[in-house]
This record gives sequence, structure tokens and C-alpha cells, in this order.
Amino acid sequence: MRPKGRGELDSLYFNYPTFAAPAARDGLSARTPVAIVGAGPVGMTAALVLAKYGVRSVLLDRKDTFNDGSRAICIARQSYYILEQVGAVQAFLDKSLGWTTGRSFFRGQQILEFDMPDSADQKYRPMYNLEQQYIEQYLYDAVAANDLIDLRWTSEVTDLADVTGGVELSVTDAQGSYILPADWVLAADGAHSPIRSMRGLRLKGQNFEGRYVIADVQMDHDYPTIRRALFDPACRPGGTVLIHRQPDNIWRIDYQLKPGESAEEATREDNVRASVASVLQEIGHTGDWDLEWWSVYSANTLALDDYRDGRVIFIGDSAHIVPIFGVRGLNNGLADAQNIGWKLASVLNGLATGALLDSYSPERRGATLDVFANASKSTRFMTPPSQGWQVMRDAALSLALDRPSMGQLANPRQMTPYTYGDSPITLADETHFKRGPAPGDVTLDVAEEGGFLTDRFGDGFTVLAFGDADLGDLPGVTLVSLPATGRAAELYGAQDGTAFLIRPDMHIAARWQHVKPGQVLAALSAILTKGAQHDPF
Amino acid sequence: MTHSDLETIYEALAQGIDTAGEHAPVYLAKVALALAETLNDAPAALKIIADAQANLTR
Repeated sequence: MRPKGRGELDSLYFNYPTFAAPAARDGLSARTPVAIVGAGPVGMTAALVLAKYGVRSVLLDRKDTFNDGSRAICIARQSYYILEQVGAVQAFLDKSLGWTTGRSFFRGQQILEFDMPDSADQKYRPMYNLEQQYIEQYLYDAVAANDLIDLRWTSEVTDLADVTGGVELSVTDAQGSYILPADWVLAADGAHSPIRSMRGLRLKGQNFEGRYVIADVQMDHDYPTIRRALFDPACRPGGTVLIHRQPDNIWRIDYQLKPGESAEEATREDNVRASVASVLQEIGHTGDWDLEWWSVYSANTLALDDYRDGRVIFIGDSAHIVPIFGVRGLNNGLADAQNIGWKLASVLNGLATGALLDSYSPERRGATLDVFANASKSTRFMTPPSQGWQVMRDAALSLALDRPSMGQLANPRQMTPYTYGDSPITLADETHFKRGPAPGDVTLDVAEEGGFLTDRFGDGFTVLAFGDADLGDLPGVTLVSLPATGRAAELYGAQDGTAFLIRPDMHIAARWQHVKPGQVLAALSAILTKGAQHDPF
Repeated sequence: MTHSDLETIYEALAQGIDTAGEHAPVYLAKVALALAETLNDAPAALKIIADAQANLTR
């Protein structure tokens, strides 16, 4: 919502483009390998990942422009690697605000300052703040420059039907209706996914009590890019307030509604203004401010039982809704897009069998359930659901003023990367490694002369070979040679002859202490053709 | 810990609960958390937390 007198797209800092339906009508019904429904950040990223591997797609969106407001604003480190892979990261780096630190306050006193893991070996910061409109703009710029992606605005999917070897989508735009045949459909059409309804599927899980208003204000406010959480502040006794800095002097203020406070009342402009003013008073902002946009949300943990329904695959919010405290909504959506992107491209390019796609739902649904576990903890801390949680939360916060260790209970732990250790396409170790990233984990980056280890990775699978690793012939795989001693070997727990097989999404598929010729190829073949756990020897 | 020490702690808690008044639950939770951290033995603390549920009513 926006202040009275301003339209839904009348932003203080962002000029919304207006896109039209395709002018050229010939060929709209031409068969496409992949139809992607929803041109939000997740849908556009999926299209870009597919295009990276030479796969064409048609990207459909019923709107004629980007999202009405800035919803998702925190982009995590791993997402920057995805943006790098699709060739869009520079625009993000130029505009976004990187951050590592969070501060929590209880009744006006700081009880915790936490730093997310960061070091000179990290190519990207743990987190970046950027308004969602820019996220969409920069991805759109990459999509528009890509000949393999056919983006069609104002194009609503009204029906879809399974046919032999594909799906037929009924599409209606400003100029008419047509049928689009597709081999595969990626549903990136958001939390209220019409595709999900058309397939008769429902999200399952829990709704939490706490509701929040998120409001963006523009102001000259002198504070570094540090996330602030205010527990039981004078401006909202008993409630919680979160404050994030965004580019263009935009500040995100989240505040919790009181139990029984109606969302309708709370989102009235005068009430939002009064609430924001009291928060700004609390943080000592005395200058002018302008209200940009606001919305309301509640914390939910909801997901589909299976992210795949035949040839329709759900990515992003259409598959899962997570509480915002873990900042995993957008980030998990981008990881979904990358995960299905390289797998679907491998199948369409004849490098893998359809069995590879069976690993998508267990891997990505597993990541969602992991977020549920972590985010439920944060949510219970931010919004205690019962007297017991409330008493303990208040006790911990009150103790934290004297015992800093208790402040750690208020740490949102936003940066725990998910592991695919249990995935059917992750191969278990044959020999014991003393340390280093395990199969399923995200690869470690390492600073090296002139850049980072991951700069040498390929778009497909990559093998890290330490010392004199004898790998045998490995067609289509990027080989990265590393010395058997030194920093990388130390971090990876590697010796002479150690090899790591890295997936296109930077997760480790397998590792060998002393690799034998043919072992990596056998593992790769097991992953791509069997889609199931397999002992390569 | 002597019997006399325990008696002193008993009295201090009684007075502490009275002083905290309506905030007694949060006060007791703070005491429990801080004692548990000082005890530095999670299994023992969890056993006490579970055992204390016994015989709360007749």
C-alpha cells in the first residue's frame, strides 16, 4: 500500500517500466521446451539458468511491470553465486548494501552484536540488502539481453492440460488467447500460485500467531548497514521491531501487531504513520521522513508435499512459504531455480535421464523443512506463541543485559547453509576425511592470487584435483588443479591424490581421499543417469 | 553446600519472588537459566527441569 494520493506504482525512488503483450503474434503457439509461469526473481533466474545451458524458455507473467513494492530485501551470499552464474551479479554488487552485523536491543539497551561468518576467503559478503524492484530490474536486464528467453508480459495462464510428453497451457493476454505447448512447466507464480490451484494442490503446515507490518520510509538517517532488532521497545511495549537499511536512503521498518489488533486498522495510513514515527523517535531520528510503501504479513511455515507434479515443477513461493526472520524466502526460491535449472537442462540436453529430476523435490523440500526448523525458533523468539515461550524469552532478554551469553539466544542464525547430505544424488564417503566440506555441503571458496577458487569453476560439473590425482578421461567436466599442500588443501582436508566432484550449484557430489582413474566418471554417470545413490566401485 | 547454605538460598528465593511480584515467573525463569548456565551440565539441568514437574498438585 502507498500513501493517499499516490498510485500503487508511484514510488519515491523507482520508476516502474510498463511492458506490453507480445506485438508479433505469429509463433506464440510454437512448442517450447520449458514454459515458466511468473517473471518474478525466481522465474527469471530459472530462465537465465536454463539459457546458460542453451535451453530455450517462454516466460509468462500476468502483470505488466515489476512487483508493486519492495518485499524481499535480503540476498544471501550463496544467492550472489547464483547471480554470478547467470551473468547478473555486477549490477547487484554496484547497488546493494553488503552487511555482516546484527544488533539486538532489549528495552533500549544493546544485548547482542553478532557477526555472520565472513573472511578474506569469501568472495561475497554474508548478506546484501536491495529493494525487490531492483532485484527484478537487474534480472530483467539480463533476461531481455538473452535470445533464448521469450518473455511475455500481461500473459495469464488460465488453464493447463497434461498431454503425452508435455503440457498445454492456455494463455490469455491483452491481445487474445492461444495455446502454448511445453515439454515442462516451471510454476514460479508466487505464494497464491494459480498453477498450484489448477493442479488441485495445497500447501500444508502451520500458521503462526504473530503478524507484522513492513513499512519502507525514505530518510537521511545516519546508521551503518546493520540489522537492528528491538525487543520490548518503549515505542511498542511487548512487541518486536526490526530495522534494515536499503539503498536510496530507504529504511525497512517491521513492527509486530499486538494480539487482537486488526490488520485492517493497523495498515490504515494514519496508524502506519504514527507507528513509524514512534519507532523513529526510539532510534533517535529527528529529521524529515517520507512514507514509501507498506504491507502486512504473518509468519507461516507452509510447503507442498512434493514440489513436482508430473511435468509441472514448483519453484519459489508457489512451493513453500517461510517466515521472514530467516530471510530464506527469496534466497530459497533462487536456489530452487538453480537446482531445477541445471537438472532440467541436463535432461533436455541429453546428458542425463529423467531420473535426475527426482532429486529436485527431496533436496529443495529438505531445505525448506530446515528453514522451518530454524525460522520456527526465530519466530518463537520474535513472537512468543504462549506464556511459557513468553516468560522464557523475557527472562533470556532480561538476563542478557548482565550475561552476554544469553544474548546468543536472540541470534537469528540466518546464515546456516543447507546441506544435501541426505540427497539420493549425494555419494557417501568411502574413506574418512578429518575435515573439510562433506558430500552435500556447499563448496568452500578460497582466496587465491588474482581472485577466488570458484572463479575457476565451470558452468557444469567441476572436479577439484589435489596434487597428482589420476582422474582418467572426464569429458565435459571442468578440471581445477590444486597443490597437495597449502591453504586450499588444508581447508578441504585434502592430500596428494584427493578429488572433489562439485555440482553446477556448488554443492559437493562426492569426494575421494585417493581417487582412482574412472571413479569420478562413474560417480558422474550414477548421478546423471541413475538419479540414485550408487557405489561407483 | 551446607544445610545452612540451602536455607539461605531458600529464603532468598522466597523474598525474591515477593519482590518480583507479578514478574515472579520471569524472575524465576531468569534464576533457572542463570543457575543452569553456572551448573555447566546440560543433562543434569534438563533432568531437574523435567523432575520439577512432579507433585505440583495434590
